Amino acid sequence: MSTLFKDRPVWAERPSLPASAAKSTTLAAIAVVIVFPLYVVILTSLSPAAAVNSAGGLVLVPQGISFQAYADLFSGGVVTRAVLVSLGVTAVGTLVSLVATVLAAYGLSQPGSLWHRPLLFAVLLTFLFAPGMIPLYLLVSDLGMIDSYWSLILPTAVNAFNLVVMRAFFMNLPQEIGDSARVDGASEWTILTRLVLPMSKGVTAVVGLFYAVGYWNAFFNAILYINDNSKWPLQLVLRQYVQQGQQLSSSSVIGDAVQGGTASAPNLAIQMAIVVVALVPVTFIYPLVQKHFTKGVIIGAVKG
Amino acid sequence: MTERTVTTSEAPPPSSAPRRRGGRGRPPAVPDHRGGHASVRARPSLSARLRRDWQLLLMTLPAIGLLAVFHYTPTLGNVIAFQEYNPWDGVLGSPWVGLTQFERLFTDPRFWSAVGNTLMIAAVQLVFFFPIPIALAILLDSVLSPRLRLVLQSVVYMPHFFSWVLVVTLFQQILGGAGLFSQMLRQNGYAPLEIMTDPDAFLFVVTSQMIWKDAGWGTIIFLAALAAVNQNLYESAAVDGAGRWRRMWHITLPGLRPVIILLLILKLGDILNVGFEQFYLQRDAFGSNVSEVLDTFIYHQTLVTGNFSAGAVAGLVKGVVGLVLILLANKLAHKMGEHGIYRRA
Repeated sequence: MSTLFKDRPVWAERPSLPASAAKSTTLAAIAVVIVFPLYVVILTSLSPAAAVNSAGGLVLVPQGISFQAYADLFSGGVVTRAVLVSLGVTAVGTLVSLVATVLAAYGLSQPGSLWHRPLLFAVLLTFLFAPGMIPLYLLVSDLGMIDSYWSLILPTAVNAFNLVVMRAFFMNLPQEIGDSARVDGASEWTILTRLVLPMSKGVTAVVGLFYAVGYWNAFFNAILYINDNSKWPLQLVLRQYVQQGQQLSSSSVIGDAVQGGTASAPNLAIQMAIVVVALVPVTFIYPLVQKHFTKGVIIGAVKG
Repeated sequence: MTERTVTTSEAPPPSSAPRRRGGRGRPPAVPDHRGGHASVRARPSLSARLRRDWQLLLMTLPAIGLLAVFHYTPTLGNVIAFQEYNPWDGVLGSPWVGLTQFERLFTDPRFWSAVGNTLMIAAVQLVFFFPIPIALAILLDSVLSPRLRLVLQSVVYMPHFFSWVLVVTLFQQILGGAGLFSQMLRQNGYAPLEIMTDPDAFLFVVTSQMIWKDAGWGTIIFLAALAAVNQNLYESAAVDGAGRWRRMWHITLPGLRPVIILLLILKLGDILNVGFEQFYLQRDAFGSNVSEVLDTFIYHQTLVTGNFSAGAVAGLVKGVVGLVLILLANKLAHKMGEHGIYRRA
């Protein structure tokens, strides 16, 4: 396997200088295209008012540093609330999703267990069709969940793909472990929590990440189900005040404490700070889990 | 890629679970709860299996319950496509109107425009997006230093985890009329960029966004396939005098072929699902003529105008056509010797 070679395999010729230069340039260009927008956004959010004004917009070259934009955002206005909403929904949602998914994945992973075929079929069938936006909206509305945070969690709580990924992983674990524990009188709950889960940290982390990112990024559900803008998650705030550029000063994005004061960060810096707040949790959590991507948890299930 | 990738990728798929009934690998000597010993050969009675497996069944309950409530129940709710639904009378009280809603939908030019836009976007994606992860995977696979490779992979996977709001916002900030490049152009006396609002540039912009967000993530499956290619083939080809490009043509690409075919077929089955958020967010900027896709059409049809049946009927048509496409795509996959998303029974 190519990755296992520290050096070039003996049979491979050295690439010519132009070829290897072209390759390096392409890879560098790809990395720059991805990283550059993030650099500009982060830098602008951290720039003092003078730097933003002299740049006439986004800042390319660092000219001092200021945390004023972040201080403004977290002084108790709309953004503070939206961040708390998103954090809460992400934490509770990920927990609900993981528990339901792990339990069902294990419950369906034992060969020959009662009714596992029809139940699995019911899970797999959800791949083939979506229920439809409007009937789902009416259901959520009939359940009285409009403007409830549960509307951001329950309709998307179980992802059949994640469930199948976990089930495939559990089925690949040696069955003998569970069998001998059963002989010793262990309950299925004990086998799952004491034996199976400790061996499945990687797949649990990856599936947990998928769920968490889904909840943090949730936009569509909030557009449909949350009318009360005091309950908006961060993505809606991002859209309203940054993508659509609604003015911040007139909209109490920043806290009351700051509005009366004098030292407020420039509008653009605050907007960019909202962008950074939206992307930072994802960029921090994801490298922790990334090493598991390559361990085949995803691929195994894709092929399954 | 480590050994693990290879082993798991060849692991038995979930649907091919052993067909042992009642056995469940449990030692036969364990006494049945009824007092007797469970026979190895005879299938235990339902109540015995229920007694043995009730914990497993209980475990599936939360997930199955959630799917039943939030997937299967609303699927039944599609009956409002045959009604003149109004929220006060509910599904049971609203008048039935037969196929009237379908007639209205099929004579609505905005519906056909949304269908056309959706198909256009899907086609452009297929031609301009699809090959990029393959090329990128081959490029990444050729990076010899494991550390550099890991860094590059981290960078290219990352945008996949950003929301569409974030991606669209970043594009606006860099390429928009008030964005970075426009700001630089303006300062130097040129006209600002207009591509983020130009309907003619719409397909180019949305495809660029898709590539920026997901091309890197798309490499994962191809990298796994590349790691599974037998390295001895490369070595013997090299010994026989095949150069870099010939090895890629005769070994690498054939190694990727099954994955490419499978993904192409799945893509065909998924052609109506080009997404909602990306188009919803940019509908005002580009205009609904070019940016209205089926999902945004359904949304605006209903939740803006309050006509639930009109949205539901469009959703139902999309769902049924999508289902047919998936089944056809799988049939095609089976014909070509691939597994598709489910196996031949």
